Amino acid sequence: MTSKINTFKKFANIHFVVVTLLMLSFNNLFGSEPQEGQTEAEVHSAASSVPHESHAEGGPVDITAVAFEHILDSHSWHFWGEGHDAVSLPLPVILKGKNGIYTFMSSEFHHDNQGFVVVEKNGERFVNFEEKIYFANETPNEYGQYVSLTAADKEVAVLNETPLDFSITKNVTQMFISMFVLFWLFISIANAYKTTGVTSAPKGKQSFFEPLIIFVRDDIAKGNIGHGSEKFVPYLLTVFFLILVNNVFGLIPIGANLTGNIAFTLVLSTATLIITNLNGNKNYWSHIFLPHAPKAIWPILIPIEIAGIFIKPIALMIRLFANMTAGHIIVISLIGLIFVFKSAMIGFVSVPFALFIDILECLVAFLQAFIFTMLTALFIGSAVADHHEDSHQDEDHNLAKSHH
Amino acid sequence: MNVFILASLIEPSVGLIFWTTITFIILLVLLGKFAWKPILSAIKTREQGIEEALSSAEKALNDMRELRSNNEKILADARSERDNLLKEARDTKEAIIAEAKAKSQAEADRIMSSAREQITNEKNAALVELKNQVATLSIEIAEKILRSELSSDDKQKALVTNLMKDVTLN
Repeated sequence: MTSKINTFKKFANIHFVVVTLLMLSFNNLFGSEPQEGQTEAEVHSAASSVPHESHAEGGPVDITAVAFEHILDSHSWHFWGEGHDAVSLPLPVILKGKNGIYTFMSSEFHHDNQGFVVVEKNGERFVNFEEKIYFANETPNEYGQYVSLTAADKEVAVLNETPLDFSITKNVTQMFISMFVLFWLFISIANAYKTTGVTSAPKGKQSFFEPLIIFVRDDIAKGNIGHGSEKFVPYLLTVFFLILVNNVFGLIPIGANLTGNIAFTLVLSTATLIITNLNGNKNYWSHIFLPHAPKAIWPILIPIEIAGIFIKPIALMIRLFANMTAGHIIVISLIGLIFVFKSAMIGFVSVPFALFIDILECLVAFLQAFIFTMLTALFIGSAVADHHEDSHQDEDHNLAKSHH
Repeated sequence: MNVFILASLIEPSVGLIFWTTITFIILLVLLGKFAWKPILSAIKTREQGIEEALSSAEKALNDMRELRSNNEKILADARSERDNLLKEARDTKEAIIAEAKAKSQAEADRIMSSAREQITNEKNAALVELKNQVATLSIEIAEKILRSELSSDDKQKALVTNLMKDVTLN
């Protein structure tokens, strides 16, 4: 099983590294060369590789910016269009500033995410820079931005302080939608069991989801946890379907990339960390603090085991995040090739490829939901299992016997 | 590379963590209570129902088999019982007949023997009677003969002579 995990880990890591390298090369080739006919601000933003929404007509397309706009969170739900013609759904911004909590719609930034538009609330001034809210400067910089940027070489850093941002962002909205979808789906299924009774065969949604539920219960929970798996089944089912539904939503072109967001995967893997360790039995802890090895290597082994407690959920977190993000970047990059080469003919190559990747992503949507849930069950299983130590003792006992 | 964007890619935002935690807890609680609990218990009930139905069908089949073998046994028992009854009846009948025969034989014998005894008695009585009659008659005859024999002197003398003859012969 551990070799399996390692393979997944490796796969996820390689996947992520390859995609990052791909993006690096795109960025260097097409993203960062200043062109004639651009405003100073655009030159600045292009030079610092900061994506900008108002590219001049016919200018180079910054695929990196487009790709990251698709995979990153934002304060408005952007559908199509550029700059002031953009069609987007404004979402509530909730900030905890120095003097209080402020709520306003993201439309008050007028589609700006480069720090040009200041929103003033109760004497506190905010700007949106790269979909992150900062306290605005008193005066604009030479390009008209109310943020202090340092652009050393190609690295950009924002010096401004940030308020605590509890905004209902695109990802949060997507999450709420998926929450209601899950409620509607599974409560109506639960009601179907109540109305038609348990003796009749499942129908409709019920017949699609029942095998998945039984799969999670029998193959994931019982298969990895064994005895006493029942009490973890609701958690595993919730995790499985929350990830699955959001993976599928993420595949829809205007959908948000929630499962490819590290904050989301962080929360889920933290939940797994907590559940695993709260249910850890004597064997689990003795395996960590009193490992079955010579005492001489305990100083090495115990820190590794302790680190392992955290590394396992961190691997979970990165795996889901990296896989979903990577898939989205590949699709965007393939479609982006058409715009990079400014030739529709590329479409004949990149569209079938993108379609192929999209279909692969449909598989990955199920696969990643399964892997996350399966590994969660495996971790819980390793924490509640008690036969392991017994078999060791048996072996020792037999060994001692044979010596006699 | 654009370090700024990369940083925002791998830097979890507080707001999203906050909302995800809340949403996840709500999902866990509400789905657990209103979806997973009824669904899992319904599936379990159904599985148990199927299992029970299968085992009860098996049991019913076994019961039927047992019942059938029982029936056959009962039928065989009944048949042998009937045979026994018939045999017993026949035996009883024979016994009764034999007893009746014996009884009637004994009765007949008794009647015969008593009849024979009576006949003997009657015969003896008749013989005694007859003897008496004969004696009486003989006396009467002897009386008459004597009278006739002794009616004249000649005859008395002839008789004495005769008797005397006999005496001398002796």
